[in-house]
Amino acid sequence: MQVPLREVAFTRSGDKGDTSNIGVVPYRPSDWDWLKEQLTVDRVKHVFDGLVQGRICRYELPGIRALNFVMERALSGGVSRSLNLDAHGKAWGNLLLSVVVEAPDGWEPYWPLVDH
Amino acid sequence: MAPRTTVRIGWGSAYADDNLDPAEDLARWGQLDALCFDALAERTLALAHVRRQADPESGYDLRLDEFGRRFLPYAARGLTLVTNMGAANPRAAGQRLKTLARQLGLGNMAIAVVEGDDVLAAVKAMDPLLQETGAPLSALRGRVVSANAYLGADPVVAALAQGARVVVGGRIADPSLGLAVMSHFFGWGPEDWERRGQGIVVGHVLECGSQVTGGNFADPPYRVVPGLDRLGMPWAEVAEDGSAIISKLPEAGGYVTVNTVKAQLVYEIHDPARYYTPDVTADFTAVEVSNVGPNRVSLRGGRGTPPPATLKVLVGVDEGYHGEAEIGFAGPGAYDRARLCQDVLVSRYDRLYRGDCQDMRIDLIGVNATYGPAARPSAVPPEEVRVRMAVATYDREVAERVTREVEWQYFGPAGAGGVRRRVTPRLAMYSTVIDRERVKPRVVWPD
Repeated sequence: MQVPLREVAFTRSGDKGDTSNIGVVPYRPSDWDWLKEQLTVDRVKHVFDGLVQGRICRYELPGIRALNFVMERALSGGVSRSLNLDAHGKAWGNLLLSVVVEAPDGWEPYWPLVDH
Repeated sequence: MAPRTTVRIGWGSAYADDNLDPAEDLARWGQLDALCFDALAERTLALAHVRRQADPESGYDLRLDEFGRRFLPYAARGLTLVTNMGAANPRAAGQRLKTLARQLGLGNMAIAVVEGDDVLAAVKAMDPLLQETGAPLSALRGRVVSANAYLGADPVVAALAQGARVVVGGRIADPSLGLAVMSHFFGWGPEDWERRGQGIVVGHVLECGSQVTGGNFADPPYRVVPGLDRLGMPWAEVAEDGSAIISKLPEAGGYVTVNTVKAQLVYEIHDPARYYTPDVTADFTAVEVSNVGPNRVSLRGGRGTPPPATLKVLVGVDEGYHGEAEIGFAGPGAYDRARLCQDVLVSRYDRLYRGDCQDMRIDLIGVNATYGPAARPSAVPPEEVRVRMAVATYDREVAERVTREVEWQYFGPAGAGGVRRRVTPRLAMYSTVIDRERVKPRVVWPD
């Protein structure tokens, strides 16, 4: 079944110079195994086409079941030089949440999410 | 000092403009051993250098007096304070805090200054290659205003060992402020890489303050954070092996959950197996978090190996000005009128200003201002759109003039309103590295 990533995981974006990183953390740790198969560098490249100029690397944090995407030349020169309204790229992770992923059959949203 | 089983470290500030109210709640009610205040983002330090160049006695954090008045009384009663609020002028900051302590009736307080991060002279002489450009520093057109090496925990530990109640420095790495407190209270050695690695993990989770207590997290209905209107700051109860429990005051808003801690763990990291700091190369890959009670999350499993032989240096370069202005459209056809306004501005820019500007962009706020070419098309045209134009130029007059061009669109397409415009310094930050041997941190004691 197809679901928006926003149903499955949350993101946090950060900046260092002209490099942006997006951490992706599934709400349910058990979703990590199938999610990391689908959230490839190519998928992420496609989402940020035109916005990110440089290389994109993916790293895994198996201890907390999270992915980290590191995107170079992603911030128009970095917070101090960029003319982007969101010079830090604080909202970059929210764009990634729009991608649609294929959840396993019978997958149910983690809902409600009041306490997590 | 008696050996400790746990140390409770609070975090009072995540950047130079942070609110100090939640920090005072922590100082009063948190039963803390130490309270750390991070005040430096990449650009903050260069802006502080610009202030110092205008006035040699300035250049420290603009909140320093407020910090002193609110927190030195707690230091007098035993709370250890560690901060990089010295920014571009740690010695003047230390001197100012000494004066404030006396004015507050706290006597001759043991306030230590950590210096040595300012490597401007050495960097100018070295003319290093910059990571961003791959070219030497001297190839840049702008004037170099600052160069600061990231210092680690060791000089702070030295100051605490000599009895400092308050340690104020410049570009001390954010998580190193916390690692210094742990190393001091537990007596961790400078080559205890495992504990240092875990200590940096704890410092990293704390360093952005309320980003681990529910800030930068709410996304209803998926993530609903209670009490976002009275968000608190975090603390860590650290054990001798570096494992920690992250928590907050029960009365403060927000929450600490496994997910808020995970979110902060992944914030601003690159390769999680190699998180470089001046103190240790930390490894986040085996870090584990678990819920051990309401607003109590256990954090363990960080590891470490020796740090690189070089220290990161941030170089601030004066690259002129940013001119930035907006004007808005609303109602039926707002999008089409905004597009027309954009076309007019582009045409005038090409004719009058292009040759004097390094960079320009025009956005439609509400349409594509954030994601630019990656923005997703909207099915329905928005009923409110703002046109935003921004330029980078070495000529202040050009920056001013471009913002006027946006203002003059009051007489462009119908119903344009709500002009906002500003010109700010363009202070570019570049990074390079310097050999450790060339950086000499030192502890000084202002009188």
